[in-house]
Amino acid sequence: MEKTWNNKAWFMVLPVLVLVAFSAVIPLMTVVNYSVQDTFGGNQFFWAGAEWFEEMLHSDRFWAAMGRNLIFSAIILAIQIPLGIFIALNMPRKGWGVPVCLVLMALPLLIPWNVVGTIWQVFGRIDIGLLGYTLHALGFDYNYVNDPFDAWVTVIIMDVWHWTSLVVLLCYAGLVSIPDAFYQAAKIDGASRWAVFRYIQLPKMQRVLLIAVLLRFMDSFMIYTEPFVVTGGGPGNSTTFLSIDLVKMAVGQFDLGPAAAMSIIYFLIVLLLSWVFYTVMTNYDVEK
Amino acid sequence: MARIDLNHIRHAYGANPKSDKDYALREVHHSFEDGGAYALLGPSGCGKTTLLNIISGLLHASHGQLLFDGKDVTRLSTQERNIAQVFQFPVIYDTMTVYDNLAFPLRNRGVPEADVDRKVRETLDMIDLASWARRKARGLTADQKQKISLGRGLVRSDVNAILFDEPLTVIDPHMKWVLRSQLKQLHRRFGYTMIYVTHDQTEALTFADKVVVMYDGEIVQIGTPAELFERPKHTFVGYFIGSPGMNVMPVAVEGKRAKLGEQVIDLPGAPKAEGNGIELGIRPEYVRLGAKGMPVTIRKVEDIGRHKVVRASLEGREIAAILGEDDHVPADPHVTFDPAGINLYDKSWRVEMGA
Repeated sequence: MEKTWNNKAWFMVLPVLVLVAFSAVIPLMTVVNYSVQDTFGGNQFFWAGAEWFEEMLHSDRFWAAMGRNLIFSAIILAIQIPLGIFIALNMPRKGWGVPVCLVLMALPLLIPWNVVGTIWQVFGRIDIGLLGYTLHALGFDYNYVNDPFDAWVTVIIMDVWHWTSLVVLLCYAGLVSIPDAFYQAAKIDGASRWAVFRYIQLPKMQRVLLIAVLLRFMDSFMIYTEPFVVTGGGPGNSTTFLSIDLVKMAVGQFDLGPAAAMSIIYFLIVLLLSWVFYTVMTNYDVEK
Repeated sequence: MARIDLNHIRHAYGANPKSDKDYALREVHHSFEDGGAYALLGPSGCGKTTLLNIISGLLHASHGQLLFDGKDVTRLSTQERNIAQVFQFPVIYDTMTVYDNLAFPLRNRGVPEADVDRKVRETLDMIDLASWARRKARGLTADQKQKISLGRGLVRSDVNAILFDEPLTVIDPHMKWVLRSQLKQLHRRFGYTMIYVTHDQTEALTFADKVVVMYDGEIVQIGTPAELFERPKHTFVGYFIGSPGMNVMPVAVEGKRAKLGEQVIDLPGAPKAEGNGIELGIRPEYVRLGAKGMPVTIRKVEDIGRHKVVRASLEGREIAAILGEDDHVPADPHVTFDPAGINLYDKSWRVEMGA
């Protein structure tokens, strides 16, 4: 069959192109522009080449923030993915429990980030917060303002509280799509509970799990609002993640060049790691 | 293989069944002989899948007893009953190879790997998938997947019965034929007790030695395909089997005669029933169209290839007749009923006719 070439179709994508240009491409190019120039204010810019990138890649401050971020994301994934699967497996499949569970699960997702931060900031305070006060009264030396470990624990628990639901809901959607016949066949085949999970439920959840891992990785790697509200990146720099550091640099110190270079490196890393996750998970059991 | 006895089985999905309406299965009392090939035939919602799931143990009947070879298995789990079941949609374990799919039921039961290997290879040959053993199961076609579902049952040599729940629903028409004949072959070679649920009469009649027709939670007739065709025990069987179904018309019976409006039909014998609710059933194959007999008006002639279906009106009622492909509709059409094909029904159930 002969293909008809008709370039008018390009006009159809024009609105999207314009939208994406203004929302993503132009801001991104502005950042690229900043990253190769230097300014001393007064809207005067000088060509700096790759200088800022070199500076960033040799900066201990950058790598420290990067390390913290990677550890944070790793912990988040290690807790939220298994926990989410576990909760989804134990959620009711029919009856009045279903809407109740779904609403309970959706609640944390509906709360704005800064509100979540504020809730936990207050919740963990040792003078007025329920959690902080109780722990203190029970004799635990808990104080997220002074102790880096406590600050980390607080931020991680907060993120688990906020985002595990997303993993749960995605997994649950994957689970309810499994026809009953699979469970019946498994019974007939004498499969154990573990075998049912391993060979029926997990493979059927694979696609949604991929999405869950990608979303949770990207979100946790770009986390800003919640730790900023709770700890402000402290104590010291202990909870200063990449985005917090970036904002400090760009807005606080007005170092546009290095901040732009950092943004680009940051963006490339998120892209690279997402690609790695995607490739690994989609190729996991492709025919050899 | 085993003989399966259903001892007054009743089942209701609700908790407190009060009337007959609450029962998905009203009462089933029947035996499946060892090594028989049975079809459970009936419309959707007649309880055939419920009955199948009760046999396999996926459901436990609310009343009654289930025996395998005389042993009470009513309370046993699916696994303990040792049953194979093939479902409507093929169930395969996506991430495993074809080989591992077949090995799965054996490995779950702790069979030594050497025996697993021998049994799996045998089964692969039986279902013609030997060359696919190392392939991932997810890439297969629907009929191959369905064969794997079957194979997971066959691989356990000691299964009591193999149950099929409309297994050909998602299979392409030309493959349906192939799979059905392979099933028949397996049955002949290995003598499995097979119970096959379907709502497709062709499938039921070609697969089974004995067809069990279910309607509204009850078994209405059990018989060979010929018996179901010639002597439907219930008007439902008459309608459901055959294409077009049996003509059923209310008649008044006087001795060896039945009166249909103005017309009088001679019966082969005197029925042992009287009064209201008597109906005469005759299959279109036994309605003869000619110049003599009861006058009819032709409504429509459908040529369906091998023969023609004549839709006519007799005493204001629709009646269908089969006419040979080369036969012509007479100018002044009349019909006669072949006495061999006449059945009488009292309140939908067939009554015997005396001499």
